Amino acid sequence: MKNGNGTAAHRPDFAAIAGWINSGSSVLDLGCGDGTLLRYLKETRRTTGYGVEIDDSGVLACVKNGVSVVQSDLERGLSGFGDGSFDYVVLSQTLQAMKNSEIIIREMLRVGREGIVTFPNFGYWKNRLEVLRGRMPISENLPYEWFNTPNVRLCTVADFERFCSERGIRIVERKVLTHGKPVNVLPNLLGALAVYHFGNGRKA
Amino acid sequence: MDTIINKAPDTHSVGIIAPQIARFTEPLRLKSGAVIDEYQLAYETYGTLNSDRSNAVLICHALNASHHVAGFYADQPTNYGWWDNMIGPGKPVDTRRFFVVGVNNLGGCHGSTGPASINPRTGKPWGGRFPVVTVEDWVAAQARLADRLGIDRFAAVMGGSLGAMQSLQWTISYPDKLSHSVVIACAPNLSAQNIAFNEVARQAIVSDPDFHGGDYYEQGVKPHRGLRVARMIGHITYLSDDEMASKFGRQLKNGKFSYSFDTEFQIESYLRYQGDKFSDYFDANTYLRITKALDYFDPAFEHGGNLTRALAIAKAAFLVVSFTTDWRFSPERSREIVKALLDNRCDVTYAEIDAPHGHDAFLLDDQRYHRLVAAYFDRIADQCRA
Repeated sequence: MKNGNGTAAHRPDFAAIAGWINSGSSVLDLGCGDGTLLRYLKETRRTTGYGVEIDDSGVLACVKNGVSVVQSDLERGLSGFGDGSFDYVVLSQTLQAMKNSEIIIREMLRVGREGIVTFPNFGYWKNRLEVLRGRMPISENLPYEWFNTPNVRLCTVADFERFCSERGIRIVERKVLTHGKPVNVLPNLLGALAVYHFGNGRKA
Repeated sequence: MDTIINKAPDTHSVGIIAPQIARFTEPLRLKSGAVIDEYQLAYETYGTLNSDRSNAVLICHALNASHHVAGFYADQPTNYGWWDNMIGPGKPVDTRRFFVVGVNNLGGCHGSTGPASINPRTGKPWGGRFPVVTVEDWVAAQARLADRLGIDRFAAVMGGSLGAMQSLQWTISYPDKLSHSVVIACAPNLSAQNIAFNEVARQAIVSDPDFHGGDYYEQGVKPHRGLRVARMIGHITYLSDDEMASKFGRQLKNGKFSYSFDTEFQIESYLRYQGDKFSDYFDANTYLRITKALDYFDPAFEHGGNLTRALAIAKAAFLVVSFTTDWRFSPERSREIVKALLDNRCDVTYAEIDAPHGHDAFLLDDQRYHRLVAAYFDRIADQCRA
């Protein structure tokens, strides 16, 4: 389900995520692919936890990577996981490919103390330009054609922040990246990839 | 399709093996309160125990199998072990790295003490007086065999179906005596429907006029007919509806209806064949007891139905595998086990294999399934430097 399938070095959002995660904490990685992020976090942050992955080859790769993984369809929610079981629940580059976006965000905050989500920013100027030209955008973060994309719920930085504020979800931190470098000015226009750290409205 | 079904053994077999017998004279108190004064267990081993005794893997058998897990006997070159596709050199459980032990459970009919054995107190076969045994009792007896073999801690205990229940029970009974528990096509207890099928099977056996309350050995007869029906019922639950449809459909033996009660449909012929074959080699008293062991298995029962609490003592890492078309022990039942393990923060990996074969899939060599088990055992081998 995850867009792209590289090592930690090729995934700029991984370094951003790792920067927010306290050493020794517990992490649930939703749509964990081959387990690269969890392995990276285990090695750099001594985290514990599990991945959730639907794809057979991802599950096999996780076992080979030494990552504990539960094969499950995120669209069915996280009923296998108890309330408040993890310090962090991560959903990296998967939100845009899910139908039950709102449910999964709620589930992340039920199962974890805090959530971390990354997604391609559809408001990135190159995407806007492509749409103005009358074409669906294809880029590093959106590498698919319209007819084969797994992405069904694309959104912008502004959309996501409104979504959170309307639902009482507290944004703890935000990083917006383009080509792996942080963007501080006009993030909804100049940022290609959004990384959010969020929690429940009340103080955790 | 990358699924290849092949039950025939290949050249990577462990080859000629010989069963062994371990005799125990220290009485074993069973969960029912009954005591077996002395008993023997039939077992086989494959591969070599390493110098620090860290590479042992115990294979637990399900309803109808035995200690004959892999390889074949010199005088029976076609009698391959029941999990020969899983265990052997170069196979998922690689006997070049692991020392694998197969054991026939107490109450069995393949060499371990069971209802057909002589009760030393009476000098006659145990028959109907052989006690009811449980999964816990089997695991206790297996632990004694491990002691006998000098194995303090298994690298893994592995099984499918009822064998998986034993693997799970190991993590509760002896949490410090295994590093990994491999639990395939399992359930945390039987459903009412599962028990119902078992009860029909038992009634078929006990209502056979040749049953004689279980003391048929002295009468020189066997309740063939009852055991045959019991096995036929069992077989229906091992296959998926789709698998049965694709294997047999409505095929007729002679291409037309005969308007009689002869064997007409291929499925009838298959079930009768399986029933006949089974009732020739299996003991009805053993079958009764194994179905009861299945019915009683319920680790959560003593914890108010709370499986999480029942597994709180477990320390092993787990590989749990289910098969999508298994309606006997469906993936939902495996997910109950996984949920309890996650609640306890156990190291658990869960895979749901999309296989068409129903419950029997755990015995077949679907490549997705075998690759996964192989990768997991690679991890185990790294940990125990096998």
